[in-house]
Amino acid sequence: MTTVSARILFAGEAEADVLRLDEPLSFWGGFDPLTGAILDNNHPQKGLHLSRKALVMPATRGSGGTPGGVAEAIRNGSGPAAIIMREGDVNVMVGAAVAQQLYNLSCPVLEVSGQGYDAIASAHRVRIHNDGQIELVS
Amino acid sequence: MTPPGLSLNEACRAMLDGGRGPAVKFAMELVVRAARVMGATKLVPVTFAHIDACFYAGQAHVDFARFMLDGGASFAVPAWTNNGLVSLADETVRDADTEMARGAKELMLLYKELGCKPVWTCAPYQLPGRPRLGDHIVVGESNAVSFYNAVIGARTNKYGDYLDVACAVTGYAPFAGLHTDDGRKATLLIDTSAIPADLKRQDIYFHLLGTVMGERAGHAVPAIDDIAPDTDEDALKAISAAAAAAGGVEHWHGIGRTPEALDLASITVDCNQLRVETITLDDLSLARQQLTSATDGPVSMVALGTPHFSFTEFAALVPLLAGRKVRNGVKLSISTSRHVRDLIVEKGWLAELERAGADIMVDTCSYFSPAVRGCKGRVMTNAAKWAWYAPGQLGVEVCFGSLHECAETAVRGAVWRDPEIWKGMS
Repeated sequence: MTTVSARILFAGEAEADVLRLDEPLSFWGGFDPLTGAILDNNHPQKGLHLSRKALVMPATRGSGGTPGGVAEAIRNGSGPAAIIMREGDVNVMVGAAVAQQLYNLSCPVLEVSGQGYDAIASAHRVRIHNDGQIELVS
Repeated sequence: MTPPGLSLNEACRAMLDGGRGPAVKFAMELVVRAARVMGATKLVPVTFAHIDACFYAGQAHVDFARFMLDGGASFAVPAWTNNGLVSLADETVRDADTEMARGAKELMLLYKELGCKPVWTCAPYQLPGRPRLGDHIVVGESNAVSFYNAVIGARTNKYGDYLDVACAVTGYAPFAGLHTDDGRKATLLIDTSAIPADLKRQDIYFHLLGTVMGERAGHAVPAIDDIAPDTDEDALKAISAAAAAAGGVEHWHGIGRTPEALDLASITVDCNQLRVETITLDDLSLARQQLTSATDGPVSMVALGTPHFSFTEFAALVPLLAGRKVRNGVKLSISTSRHVRDLIVEKGWLAELERAGADIMVDTCSYFSPAVRGCKGRVMTNAAKWAWYAPGQLGVEVCFGSLHECAETAVRGAVWRDPEIWKGMS
């Protein structure tokens, strides 16, 4: 079993199936925090659901509304189980930290670059540890 | 817990240790976490904040504000509010009973209770008491980030929701990005020498220039080669808002006009390394087409004031409508702040505009307000930012034009064009 080390933006534990996005997603306007569905007409994976997935994507499309979108989805139980990005983002971290504080719900946020990212993006399922280690389960 | 690589003073450590209650502790934790993600090695004290988290985006926003309030937080610096989703001044908002409007109102009241100055405007720089050159501040609203950095020379990154509140409550921000000297240098030169001088004096120019600049710059810091020293702040607002909407520009320089841009050398690390983007009339034509989804024809609404209409913009509009009436069935919607509304009341302009049939809305903006959700069809606007966002938010078709064209259109009921200003553009 392979393990990849990530940079921790917001620590936590999770085990979930991987949902790999080919393009950056906006958490404000780009998806529905009630259902977890991708709404963005320009996104190649429009219609897929992020709910309870280990979301693996190159980056987030920046917006000051990102933290609210992330926190609201986690609150609704429709958010991802974890977010792994090639290019980290302050706002995604803030959304996860606020959801943890307000609702005691965990969504680790991690940054992984290079080959590690490719390995995770092609895995089916990952287990995320508190220290930022990501196991590729299958 | 002092994180490695980040030096904190005693006051910050005390907040982190919980000495000032759980809300301040959490706020400082957020600032520290953000500093680590941004690679900052220290925090910088801030003097002012413009809060965007008061704009309702769901229950989490309300829960966060209540957590801060119940946890004993208050603001360490003057904290002014951005637009709300609804207007607190307008008791007649049609769908005030929806969950969204109720949540939006509750959120706005919570931020008032937390101690925000309730100015409810996306153009807080139009109000007296603004930050000065070199001040470190915290702003989230994209046009205001761009205006404060470029036009005033105050220093802010674009702070997302919650982090804006956390910085304002603690009085500190991560020392990174646009807070640093290096982060403010231009990496891109916008060459406008191909644009005719008479077009450079038209209001449409600044919206179109900002739109093209935003697309070329993305998140880089661009410098415009030539902005006349007497260019007014309404024009600089237009550039700021358009470049932020079309790209993600958080800071820009206008050589000859903005305070840090005395000359090219003072805003670049190495002038010879600058990427140069030349802007032609064709580029401006293309931007005009991007801001226009409809052909000319009858309109249902004319929307002015995105960002909020200033006192000087009202001064320009009033004579255009003097003694005239907005055509029946057309809504002339002007978004502004309470502050500017009070100024035009004193002048007698509000009454005059209302007699002409204009609808002046405060605290919010017509590109997202539930008050205009029912609007359908073709809308004309003088604002690139409105044209950029409204079709998606409201499901309307949009025509972009000058303030003069917008006023004429409101009176005639169909899009009116001034061929003089569009010379050479398609």
